[in-house]
Formats: sequence, C-alpha cells, structure tokens
Amino acid sequence: MEIARHWRLKQQRYGLVGEVCPHCDVKIFPPRDVCPECGGEAKTLYTFSGKGEVYSYTTIYEAPAGYDETAPYTVALVKLEEGPLVTAQLTDVDEESVQIGMPVEMVTRKLRQDGDERGMLVYGYKFRKST
Amino acid sequence: MTDVIIAGIGQTAVNEHWDVSLRELGLFALEAAVRDAGGLKPQALFVGNMLAPNLSRQAHLGALLADFAGLTGIEAVTVEAAGASGGAALRQGYLAVKSGLVDAALVVGVEKFTDVVGSEVEAALSTASDSDFEAMQGMTPTAQAALLMRRYTHEYNVPADGFAGFALTAHANGAGNKNAMFQKAIKPDTYTRASMVSDPVNMFDAAPLADGAAAVLLTRPDLLPPGFPHPLVRIAGSATASDTLALHDRKDMLFFEAAYLSTGKAVKQAGITLDQVDFFEYHDAFSIYAALSLESSGFSIRGHGWKLAADNRITRDGSLPCATMGGLKARGYPGGATGVYQAVEAATQLRGQAGANQLANIRYGMIQSLGGPASTAVTHILEKVS
Repeated sequence: MEIARHWRLKQQRYGLVGEVCPHCDVKIFPPRDVCPECGGEAKTLYTFSGKGEVYSYTTIYEAPAGYDETAPYTVALVKLEEGPLVTAQLTDVDEESVQIGMPVEMVTRKLRQDGDERGMLVYGYKFRKST
Repeated sequence: MTDVIIAGIGQTAVNEHWDVSLRELGLFALEAAVRDAGGLKPQALFVGNMLAPNLSRQAHLGALLADFAGLTGIEAVTVEAAGASGGAALRQGYLAVKSGLVDAALVVGVEKFTDVVGSEVEAALSTASDSDFEAMQGMTPTAQAALLMRRYTHEYNVPADGFAGFALTAHANGAGNKNAMFQKAIKPDTYTRASMVSDPVNMFDAAPLADGAAAVLLTRPDLLPPGFPHPLVRIAGSATASDTLALHDRKDMLFFEAAYLSTGKAVKQAGITLDQVDFFEYHDAFSIYAALSLESSGFSIRGHGWKLAADNRITRDGSLPCATMGGLKARGYPGGATGVYQAVEAATQLRGQAGANQLANIRYGMIQSLGGPASTAVTHILEKVS
C-alpha cells in the first residue's frame, strides 16, 4: 500500500534530508518549503548530520496496527544538533537507561510492516545512543 | 447583530454502546435537543465527528443524519478538526445563526469508537497527527501527551503525583452526572497506584474513549417558541485558532498557542475579563492538556497549572470549578462529540439544571475543545441572560 508515498519520502527516511533557508540560514526538518523563521521560500536541500540529543521520550505499549509486532517501543523527540526537533523511535537501547539530554545518532531500521496484502516493509530513521 | 441562544440541548450517556449504531446515537441526541427547544425546526445541521470514515467506514454524516432524522432537504455537513470537531461544529452553527442566514441550526457531535478495538483504534487515532513524520514512527496521541508531560515535569520539577488533582476532581464530579461513564469518586492512592499507559501518563491521566452523541439547537431570541421553558443561555464569545500539527514543529511546546489565541478572542468578544469566567470546561483528554490549557488560557502562570488542581482550586467550591460534570476523564471522551458535550453541560449549569453538581451564582462559563495537542483550539463563552 501507499508505495508512491513511501518512495516520495525516501530522502527524508533514509538520509534525513531537510532544507536550509537561503535567506536566514535556519535548518528545517521535516522539509516544509516555507521557512518557519522568516517566511521566505526555503527549498534548498540540506542533509542533517543525524546527531542530536533526547528532548523527551516515552514508551508505547498499545501500538497502532502495523506496529504491534515491535511493541513495546520507545519514541522520542530528538533535538538535532543543527536545531530542529524530530519525532523518532529509539532503538538498541534499554528503555530504563534513556534520559532527557542523552546523546543519540540516526540509524536506518525497519519502521513498520504492512500486515495486509503486499507484505511491504517500510524502512526509515530511528535513533540510538551515541557516545 | 443578533444574539445566538442555545435553545435546546440533548445527550446520550457516554459509554460502550455495543447495541447502538452511529446513526442511532446521533438521532437520540438530535431529537432530545429539538424536544428540549420546544420543537423548533432546524434549517441547517452541522455534525462534529472525528473518525467515522475510519472506524465505521462511514463518511458523509451530514446527509446520513439529516436523512435518518427525517430532515432530508436541509443544509447538512460534517465538520472535522480531530478531537476539536465538536467545538468546531458548534462554531459553524454559531456563525450560521449569527450571520442571519440561518434561523435555527442543529449542532450534533457524534462518535462511535467501539465498532473496532485495539490496535485498529490506535491506528485511526494516529491519523489526526502528522501522518508522514509522526504516525509513521509509530506515534500515538497518548505518546504525544506523554512526551509533553515528561518535558513539563522535567522543566517545572513536578512531583510524582503532581497531576492527581485533575483525576480526583473529574471523578468527584462524574459521580453527580448520570450520563458520565464513571460515576464514582476516586481516592488519592488510586491515582498513585495506577498502572502506566505511556510513562509518565498513567491510567488516570488519560481519558477513556467511548461512544456518545450530544446536540444543541441554536437560534435567535425572537424565534424562540412562546412559553419557552428554560432560562436563556447565549453564546457570548466564539473563536477558534490553529497551531502546528506536529509537536516537533513547535518553537515552544509547553504552551498551547491556539488555546491562548482563541481564549483571548472569545473573552474579548464577550466583553469580559478572564476573572469573570465562573467555570471552565477544559479538554482533559490527558491531565497534562488540562494543565497546559489552564496556563495557556491565562488562568495560571506557566508551570503552575497543575497546582490549581493540587491546591483544590478547580473543585466545585474552588475559585475556578473545572470539568464540573466529570470532564473527559470521568464523563468519558467521545471524540468529535466532546465539544458539544461541553456546550450541553455548560448550558445545563447556566440554566440551573445541574442537580447535585449545580454551581451557585454563575453567569459566564468557558468551554474549550482541543484537536490533538491543541493543533486546533475552539473556545466559547456561554452566558446566562439575565
């Protein structure tokens, strides 16, 4: 399902590609084409380093359909070192050890499984503890 | 311009209505409101609903309910703004009557959660967040609230049971509401011992999803039927505002900008100051949302919203009674019907028909309907006409 949609987002999912505003240099993720700071057009692509820290986090036990196989899992708001926040799952971590401020880095992992007809797997960014 | 009067109110009990369909729920509330208004005939129907296309595979609720109620021919549309759908539908009904283009408008909020269960409900709920960049990560509305509550607790050093007052107040008030899902007060240690839903959100920080429908019939004062039996309640202020859909796109996520903006406009339109608001029906889908609504609307300074609950200032005899009929937590959270329940409950209070939960000496009630983490906020001021 939704093959074109996942394909359209491949740069963001696999490469954390956002935008940089040519007018005020603000870094933008997810891409939104209009700079949230100055209102100018911002379509210049920018690849984020994938490094950041945990701004907030929680654990999901009752997961939406398509994600039940991996529950429970930890989700976080990650503050990227270039500025923006991103919503992402944390992976390869013991949830007890997660703290606000913990340094993390982007990795590519399986996001969800289509339980229905095609069995397509969706990959994308998650974050793991970095040193 | 004309005053807009809430001439009729109706509601179903909020519960798991396995034996009642979406259309039957809507019809029950709709007919009750028309009856309560002395049989006034509506020319327009605004339906507040959040997830019927998803949960019941039923869109086009305007035509469906108008048809089922024997009102075929009238203007009838659905208004959707996630959890704020009911408030947004009320706003549309208000605008229609206020403009003079519609004499009487029915606003029905209806939600049927129990036609599916478990992970299918979570998947449906997550469609109200940013599908590409939140839901795709497996996020849920409960997890969004948990992210906010964790950060809030971190920044303001809130103690472990700091939010308990919201659930205690809600359940104490639910005890006096025969339409509430939970009609029993709870003890402080019930909150403390509650299991975690999404840490730090525990079971008593999250409102229960359930089925329900509520309706109001709006009209002009000169069109009320002769011998209209109820004290008049008018909509004195009405406003809606939006914020970023995704939490990660907010510059300051511990402030509900849309609640701030819509409250400011509604209060200004009503020609009052915030301290004249006698009670507040907030959108406590999660206790952190109640705290942030109190702060963003201006009832508390930032970081202190939880203290209003902890210090018993939002109980029925407190300085700002909140969730006076149980709120979302105890009355139950019927999705897009919720904002209309708030209007029905506030009108009930202002008419003096709230029974055991009746507040004394009240003139202005404020109701606020939120979509997601206040990505939409709809605020109304209701006034008892003296």
